[in-house]
Amino acid sequence: MIKRILAVIAGVAIVGGGGFLWYAWYPALPKVAPPSPGQFSAAQIERGRIVAAESYCVECHTRQDLGGGPKLAGDYKMVSPFGAIYSSNITPDPETGIGNWSEEALRRALHYGVSRDGSHLLPAFVYDHFTKMTDADISDLYAWIMTQPAVHMTHRQNDFPLSVAPRIGLAGWKLLYFRPGVYQPDPKHDAMWNRGAYLAEGAAHCGACHTPRGLLGAEKVPGQAYDGGTVDGWIAPPLNDKNPTPVVWTEDELYDYLRNGVAPLHGPAGGPMSPVAHDFLATVPEADVHAIAHYFADIDRASQRVSGDKAALQRAREQSKRDLTGGNLLTDPDARLYQGACSACHYNAAPMPVLGRPELALNNALWLDEPTNLYLVMLRGLTAEEGQSGVAMPSFYNALSDHDMARIAAYLRRTRTTLPPWTDLDKKAAEARKLVEEPPVNSSH
Amino acid sequence: MIKFKLNGRDVSLDVPEDTPLLWALRDDLGLTGTKFGCGVGQCGACTVHVGGRATRSCITPVSAIEGAEVTTIEGLDPAGSHPVQEAWRDIQVPQCGYCQSGQIMQAASLLTDYPSPTDEEIDGVMGGSLCRCMTYIRIRKAIKQAAAVMQSKNSGETSNG
Repeated sequence: MIKRILAVIAGVAIVGGGGFLWYAWYPALPKVAPPSPGQFSAAQIERGRIVAAESYCVECHTRQDLGGGPKLAGDYKMVSPFGAIYSSNITPDPETGIGNWSEEALRRALHYGVSRDGSHLLPAFVYDHFTKMTDADISDLYAWIMTQPAVHMTHRQNDFPLSVAPRIGLAGWKLLYFRPGVYQPDPKHDAMWNRGAYLAEGAAHCGACHTPRGLLGAEKVPGQAYDGGTVDGWIAPPLNDKNPTPVVWTEDELYDYLRNGVAPLHGPAGGPMSPVAHDFLATVPEADVHAIAHYFADIDRASQRVSGDKAALQRAREQSKRDLTGGNLLTDPDARLYQGACSACHYNAAPMPVLGRPELALNNALWLDEPTNLYLVMLRGLTAEEGQSGVAMPSFYNALSDHDMARIAAYLRRTRTTLPPWTDLDKKAAEARKLVEEPPVNSSH
Repeated sequence: MIKFKLNGRDVSLDVPEDTPLLWALRDDLGLTGTKFGCGVGQCGACTVHVGGRATRSCITPVSAIEGAEVTTIEGLDPAGSHPVQEAWRDIQVPQCGYCQSGQIMQAASLLTDYPSPTDEEIDGVMGGSLCRCMTYIRIRKAIKQAAAVMQSKNSGETSNG
């Protein structure tokens, strides 16, 4: 009897193991001669440029630290809970880039997360989203990539255990978390919604930052889709109806934010979101950005929640106006600190908040569970190229101590929101300061 | 190399990108009308306009103003006759004068948002601009006078147009 049980277990193990190997094994695809740029039409290259922009390829495949690197040549440093990962060179250089990849190889990489040589790719390359891209889009993308300047450059060694352990381990991760398949339109929704969903779920990979991830780094979908996540130390706010801002993200607000990097009733895009708007979505057809906005206005149930906006706006105006009446200033040292540092710009009592002068009572950062984003903006400021174009916020890195920042954060949370106070503000200010690299030396006196 | 527009003309500047805008203005571009006060964005003496918004130049690194339009006290009006500047002269606002270019830039920005500001609005917005000579009463008076002049000019233009 025991023998029979052992035999069954062994049989299952062999079949299972064999099945897993069958699942995990991919052949190397043949190297091809780099395609000549002339073989692609200008129209196809332009379509590919749009696909690439909507996928933000350049953002994660171009080095940003060490003074930056050549476009698409990789070595972009991604900090994951498991260690730092450096992105690949995807220029058409045959030796260090993907110059000898066929279109089929690119499609397999995007759809199945497998490199040309058959090895599994780390899911930092978000093939869980790219798998949804159509063959036609990938074909156009191939034309664009292969007509970009080739750069001979290798990336730094990954500081990541799985990059040295056999990559076959990644097949196990895929078995658990990865479901390949091109986006299928939802017949319950119209073409615009489906276009938005196709882009958001696929190429634009919004969930990569805005959906929380589990212990092994997989997005917790569908259960917690768009519940909010983190990226580069910033909070990526929820994009569903859990988004806490007092005025809802309507289609118009979302469009302004995604296209121009600033929404009148929510404020500017800071941190990693700013380039999404300015470097990418500002350069693609308006209709696509409208479609993404349309899709998320449905995801966050804007139309059902919008009725509270008028009251929220009114309350925001009253909360902010208190600073202009002087009442707080006589009795509240935190209000005076805020006035000295912030209110020369952040005043609003006009009927509607003015662009470039964000109404803090409406701003995302004050309504999130943690003060992280508020702190990071205070420490870094915003350049004229980030958020609202042409307007800059100074860097308070050397101007405000951790305790000063904590006092301002507490004051704003108390006077501008209806939410409970943040805790451990001094400690969190010090933590946020550690995330901001290289303080500007010249401005420390 | 940082490029931006300064008082309407293009400038490019080869300085370390973390150089405070104030230093670049005074030391590299020779515009000394903007003053160094506290150096930590708490007194308003260094206020200039970036994209039309009052901005503390002492804690704004030049890297943050790439492509932006910067206006200093020298460029507020080509002849130095912005209504705020005229009101300032008229009422003889300054005493020692050190903070006044920052005050004027903040006031000019205020009046684009509040064409007819109340005392509270003036105090609220100007509260971050400190004056050790305590000329605050005259500052408030001059802002109101400038507001009245600007409004009558605007309504004059409208009725003529």
